[in-house]
Amino acid sequence: MPRKGRLVDRPYERLTSEQVELVHRASMQILTDPGLVSFNREAADILHSHGAAVESLAGDRQSWQVQIPEQLVVKALETAPNTVKLGARNPENALIMHGDEPRVYFVTGSETNIWLDVDFPIYVSKAHPTKEIRVPEFKPRRGTVDDLCQSAHVCEHLEMVDGYIRTVNIQDRDITEDNKDVNKFFASLNNNTKHFMSGLTSLTQLDNVVRMAELVAGGKKALEDNPIISFITCLVKSPLQFVDDTTATFIEVCRRGLPVAVSSSPQAGTTAPMKEAGIMAQINAEVLAGITLGQLVRPGTPVLYGSVPVRARMDTLGDSYGSVETSQYNIDCVQMARFYRLPNYSTSGVCDSKIPGQQSSIERLFSDIVVTMSGPQFLHCAFGLLDCNSVFCLLQAVLDDAHFKMIGFFLRQPRIDQPEMAAMLKQIRGVVATPQKLYIGHIRPLLRSGEISGLYPFEGSGEADDVFELAYERMKELLAKPVEHIDRETTARIFEEIPGILPRLNTYESRS
Amino acid sequence: MSKDAIATIKENVIQGRKTQNDVGTDDSLAGTPGVVELVQQALESSVAPQVIITEGLTAGMQVVGEKFSTKEYFIPDMLASAEAVGAAMDILKPVLESANVETKGKFGIATVKGDIHDIGKNIVAILLKGAGYEVHDLGVDVPMEKVVGFVKEEKPGYLGLSALLTTTMTEMGVLIKALEESNLRSSVKVLIGGAAVSQEFAQEIGADAYCIDGFAAVKALEAFETAEA
Repeated sequence: MPRKGRLVDRPYERLTSEQVELVHRASMQILTDPGLVSFNREAADILHSHGAAVESLAGDRQSWQVQIPEQLVVKALETAPNTVKLGARNPENALIMHGDEPRVYFVTGSETNIWLDVDFPIYVSKAHPTKEIRVPEFKPRRGTVDDLCQSAHVCEHLEMVDGYIRTVNIQDRDITEDNKDVNKFFASLNNNTKHFMSGLTSLTQLDNVVRMAELVAGGKKALEDNPIISFITCLVKSPLQFVDDTTATFIEVCRRGLPVAVSSSPQAGTTAPMKEAGIMAQINAEVLAGITLGQLVRPGTPVLYGSVPVRARMDTLGDSYGSVETSQYNIDCVQMARFYRLPNYSTSGVCDSKIPGQQSSIERLFSDIVVTMSGPQFLHCAFGLLDCNSVFCLLQAVLDDAHFKMIGFFLRQPRIDQPEMAAMLKQIRGVVATPQKLYIGHIRPLLRSGEISGLYPFEGSGEADDVFELAYERMKELLAKPVEHIDRETTARIFEEIPGILPRLNTYESRS
Repeated sequence: MSKDAIATIKENVIQGRKTQNDVGTDDSLAGTPGVVELVQQALESSVAPQVIITEGLTAGMQVVGEKFSTKEYFIPDMLASAEAVGAAMDILKPVLESANVETKGKFGIATVKGDIHDIGKNIVAILLKGAGYEVHDLGVDVPMEKVVGFVKEEKPGYLGLSALLTTTMTEMGVLIKALEESNLRSSVKVLIGGAAVSQEFAQEIGADAYCIDGFAAVKALEAFETAEA
């Protein structure tokens, strides 16, 4: 049985059907006028061979103007699967996503450079020297492969995490461009049995990571049936440009038939229009261009309609994931993906705040709630991410799990039917007839059935705000829980066949 | 009646099963006799009521209190157990009286005049009854004269007053003054509670204790008993 996710019975939609149609029509126009600039020759050739108008452009770098006719897009949308399975080391953690079913899966990610440690030094009041308080202090440092192992380990045990996107860029001294991919894949797969999605640093490592996945899944056919890994590629750089290297990676991933998220991340105000109609028409065109290319490479390639739109900050022109408009754009994208009956990769929970605290809670919870309610299938909800997309804090990930428990509970379907109402009328009449007129006695059967939402798990005693300390204790508990590593024999084969994996990641060798 | 039977009473108190029709915290005792039936059986088997109270009811409530403090149990669990003990005490009361065994004390409780809110008051009443006190619930919107009359006639050791509203809490002060004027104040400990009141307010009007909830009320009474002992 795969993971159930959470079905959003009546998803929140911002756009009317007429507005969806308008966005679609505008995207079709954009794909032919102005079209896209491709910096990747193969993409231009593939599109040209299927009827796209392609013209070489003058300039220092080779590039081609590509105009994609509507019929190519329509055909691609016909061959792109409406149902995508993302497998998992533990098959019970598989995710099955239907493009027309708003069933939400919560997923971590994405890659940050900075790992945020937390400590709780004691401060003494100047006015009252006997009064001491513990204050969380956050210390940033470069992420390492050990951090990635810890993150995968904790996310394995976070109840609300359905799938894992690596949360930290591994920057150890012995990590190079060439061995980064095999190490990040192995560290994640070895410490987490949920689905693993990742980008690729070097195309030269694609076959190594696919082979690793085959070994873990139990062979080539087993990987096809249970694709324990998938890829995310930002092949389109906004506005409307096929990037050379990521497009090359995308084409090769499609050739291997593994699931892939076609992602575009325009920034409203700089690389896309600030106005909703404009950014929506553009991002939709960019994603459709990628999907079309993928289906031409290999019809039937399982793709996710990936959308990471964001609004620019007006003070720095950096990303403002905490802005309200960012959530609006994401919700619109969910609706567009559903219009095409494709599973959607959407974004929530990325905040502008640099450390855990009130701002981070407010920003992330706002977008987590509203975007979840729009019903994306694969919600990259930024467990633990801070400072837009540049910092990861394990403590924050533990806090986020509690937030998502609340959201998950909220999405439960109401039970109001004839038998339930008859039982309630009986209860009301019964209680009103008693001298105390209290319904408390009827709570008990519900108390341990999971029908009542829990208290906030990090509530302090009295007026003390112990949230961080309690979450930290929880984090340590999760780290102390064992994880199911890849078995000894498979680990040995992986180290034998796949070059470049750091020996210290071998669970069995380092233990002996 | 064996020790096992007393242990069963204790277990049923822990599970909050007043009668055989009640569900516990799990299905392990479903359909078996609850506290009421078990206490009746124990009396029929000539078990001393003191043994039933100390080794069955009180011991069970102690475990419930521990489970509550570790957050394994919630208020509804605590109330179910207290209700079961309260029902057992109703059965035991005539036996205790005929044996000249004193209860832990008489407790009058009321929501003051002008206020009809009674959730908190009812919960406190259940908990105190479960803790072994003889509780007299005077109801809601109770006029000062009725409370004073009750104290005069029933001579309770304790009086609990409840108010939810800032507009009615002043009635508590009026009542305490009326008790003083009737020369009854020294005979009764006055405990106050409710959303509108506070420790400061209790001191201001001359109440003997402020109780933030029912558990605080139980603790306050235990503190009075210890002080008197």
